[in-house]
Amino acid sequence: MLLIECPYCGERPELEFVYGGQAHIARPQNAPDLSAQAWSDYLYQRDNTKGIHAERWRHTHGCGRFFNALRDTTTDHFIAIYKVGEAAPAALKTRKVAL
Amino acid sequence: MQPFSGLSLLRRGLSGQRGWTQQWRRAEPKGAYDAVIVGGGGHGLGTAYYLAKEHHLTRVAVLEKGWIGGGNTGRNTTIIRSNYLFGESAALYDHALKLWENLSQVLNYNVMFSQRGVMMLAHTVHDTQVSKRHVHANRASGVDNEWLTPADAKAFCPPLNIGDIRYPVLGAALQRRGGTARHDAVAWGYARAADALGVDIIENCEVTGIRRDSNGAVESVETTRGLIRTPKVGVAAAGHTSVVMKMAGIQLPLESYPLQALVSEPVKPIFPCVVMSNTIHAYISQSDKGELVIGAGTDAYTSYTQRGGLHISGHALEAVCELFPMFRRLRMLRNWGGIVDVTPDRSPIIAKTPVPGLYVNCGWGTGGFKATPGSAHVFAFTIARDEPHPINAPFTIERFRDGHLIDEAAAAAVAH
Repeated sequence: MLLIECPYCGERPELEFVYGGQAHIARPQNAPDLSAQAWSDYLYQRDNTKGIHAERWRHTHGCGRFFNALRDTTTDHFIAIYKVGEAAPAALKTRKVAL
Repeated sequence: MQPFSGLSLLRRGLSGQRGWTQQWRRAEPKGAYDAVIVGGGGHGLGTAYYLAKEHHLTRVAVLEKGWIGGGNTGRNTTIIRSNYLFGESAALYDHALKLWENLSQVLNYNVMFSQRGVMMLAHTVHDTQVSKRHVHANRASGVDNEWLTPADAKAFCPPLNIGDIRYPVLGAALQRRGGTARHDAVAWGYARAADALGVDIIENCEVTGIRRDSNGAVESVETTRGLIRTPKVGVAAAGHTSVVMKMAGIQLPLESYPLQALVSEPVKPIFPCVVMSNTIHAYISQSDKGELVIGAGTDAYTSYTQRGGLHISGHALEAVCELFPMFRRLRMLRNWGGIVDVTPDRSPIIAKTPVPGLYVNCGWGTGGFKATPGSAHVFAFTIARDEPHPINAPFTIERFRDGHLIDEAAAAAVAH
């Protein structure tokens, strides 16, 4: 089980959290004008990164708040935790990992 | 290839099992092939076999970054069934089931296919309604499935506890043609048969790039063992499909999750069938070695670690102990994870891609083993003819754009 550091409550076991999928996917403002392909990309296309992945978590059984994290999907180690609305820490995001 | 027969087994048995020869060659990569399959699991090896057998493409290589059958083919719970809800899925999985029924004879290799029956339990009113709907839909499309009362379920699987539990068994859907097979034998049987037809099976050979010509079509693949020219590449890389397809600039609607399974210490034959429970989430059968083979769920987050959290397998064990109290004192021997590539509608993609000469067979999620022969058969057709077989025609990439989802809630016993 992962230990996840909620930026508001501190380190808690994974069971208190719900995974929210890839982070930084904004709902298109002009949804009615989008092509079927663009809408489908928004709904379904994900990076599925092998390496450093920016993702959302929600501390459901705690403060109830969403936050973002960078996690290495080859080790499951968390690299960084940051709040909603903040950009992913750039230096960490581009860190090289062996594929 | 040295064919197996009752006589050859008897003769080798009497001479101390000496004199067996290597079952397939240790092939070295050549400079060029007519087709290259990326991924040496059951689906990839089967595809190479059917390319050679039915489409007479024999200059074919299977590239495997590890050892054959070492990925999800060797990590699943070997359950085989075809009782899917929608016509598209039932056709695909029943095509596979029909091929399973003769596979040992066709490959001259015992895949230990055992039609011991797959029983899916219903624990709630909703379960009951959904299961009955499946039974009716299956029967209407010619796939066997029947509804059992709790007493019938208990008679079919005596260890089952139908009453004294938090979610009592209200009934079950039984597919008698379903069952299990020996996972390694599937990979080895296809490898042996493909090799006999001239296919090169190349292990420890990881694909690191896909090169395209000026028209955008596939030209060659870069590997850790050199450049291989080929006009056709079929990708059957399961959880790593996204990584491979990115080399050709293609993104697919896939997410890779760890899926866990575990086995108990071996015991005498005690468990006659396969039992699955969607609601309290466990699936279980007994291997011919005597181990109870138990399937757990996926972890919550995407990952490539082939591990997963212990609480996930713990949850499956709680369900097993509730359903089969006699197993409470069994010890578990091993647990492991595989990386499964999950699509938004839980149905696979077996299709051409926007890149000419590049084909993909992926998205099997938590339930690809059962489909191995059918998947390989229609994928080989797609690669050889450059058009889909009627059975896999609905399983395109474009269905996500066009809204023709095959939203298969029966895709596995994994709650989702």
